Amino acid sequence: MALAEDQSSLKSASEKSWHGIVLQTLKRNEVRLVPYVPDRVLTPLIKNLHADPFFTTFPTAREEEAVGIVSGAWMGGMRGAVLMQTSGFATLANVLASLAVPYQIPVIMLVSERGTLGEFNYGQALVCRTMRPVLDSLAMEHHTVTRLDEFEFIIDRSIKQAVTTQAPVALILSPLLTGGKVFDK
Amino acid sequence: MNTATKTPARNTKVMNRFDLTSRLVAKLKNEEAVVGGIGNTNFDLWAAGHRPQNFYMLGSMGLAFPIALGVALAQPKRRVFALEGDGSLLMQLGSLSTIATLAPKNLTMVVMDNGIYQITGAQPTPAAAVSDLVAIAVASGLRSSSWAADEDDFERLIDQSLASDGPTLIGVRIDDKPGTGATRRDPVHIRERFMLGLGVRQPL
Ligand SMILES: Cc1ncc(C[n+]2csc(CCOP(=O)(O)OP(=O)(O)O)c2C)c(N)n1
Repeated sequence: MALAEDQSSLKSASEKSWHGIVLQTLKRNEVRLVPYVPDRVLTPLIKNLHADPFFTTFPTAREEEAVGIVSGAWMGGMRGAVLMQTSGFATLANVLASLAVPYQIPVIMLVSERGTLGEFNYGQALVCRTMRPVLDSLAMEHHTVTRLDEFEFIIDRSIKQAVTTQAPVALILSPLLTGGKVFDK
Repeated sequence: MNTATKTPARNTKVMNRFDLTSRLVAKLKNEEAVVGGIGNTNFDLWAAGHRPQNFYMLGSMGLAFPIALGVALAQPKRRVFALEGDGSLLMQLGSLSTIATLAPKNLTMVVMDNGIYQITGAQPTPAAAVSDLVAIAVASGLRSSSWAADEDDFERLIDQSLASDGPTLIGVRIDDKPGTGATRRDPVHIRERFMLGLGVRQPL
């Protein structure tokens, strides 16, 4: 009994974390296929996705490959989302401009934002600055999420909008939301 | 020029992309999906007879196998074929490992190996004289990977893949001919037709 209570309070705590919100909202919107190239910040989300049999989640060698996979799956009737970090997004201009946007495929991207708010690696900071100009140049929908209380609304509505308007979307997860990665040697 | 002929592992017959694609398409009786890669692989797929279950890539070089993997995961009961050029595959060798790990039973991949980037001016690929793409596939974990010795062997390997309990990769050495047709470059139409062909969408 005490154990059950413990577990349910643990469960609700993780549902209220940013990664708990991602997992629940993907599930509610029938987004099952989640390929990723990892990022330190995404670790708890990736772990929980693997633990949940609802999801088919796996690493790919490149983010571009993951976008190809979810695009094929969408056309076959299965929804997907791709997890990556900022530098992964920086490899995607070609596939977004030649596949997702012109074919009108609702690729859902969750990007852990590195390169700002305490970045310690100059290269990461520069890569980060390429992300929004690429998104804007393709007139792609994107949101930077900074607040936990807004997150569920943004991700839920963004998934629904992507699917109904058949357009890709990028949700950029700010360090203000996730805590980010800090210099620890 | 095809320096690939000097690689001893690839001493198989030099065939033709359009002929092989036509042979494959002639076998399709069960609304199998076929993904054609950038350029010639999808031009010859188009020329072999348009089918609603064909998907034609107009860009995203190297993603024929990943796109086909996505279709195969979404529709495990449907057979999915992917046609990719050797130069294109070199862009996404890592996808072979991903496919080997997920091991979909319903995916058959064909690598059209002319040793060149035919469509951009027939420049040799970096792999042409030194690498064996089928050996790379095997080493990536795709155990059912082989070179087709000739056209009959290609057809036999296609048939064999239908009954396989894992993904299959077939390497074919081809000549330096360009593609036969030219796909109509209308991405939304291509995607919508494909989704209709896969039963995901109903006609308006
Ligand atoms: C990322 C990227 N780099 C370069 C090109 C230009 N390009 C288009 S098709 C092609 C060659 C494709 O070679 P292969 O897959 O071997 O097919 P082939 O032309 O030999 O039939 C190249 C280099 C491109 N479209 N995208």
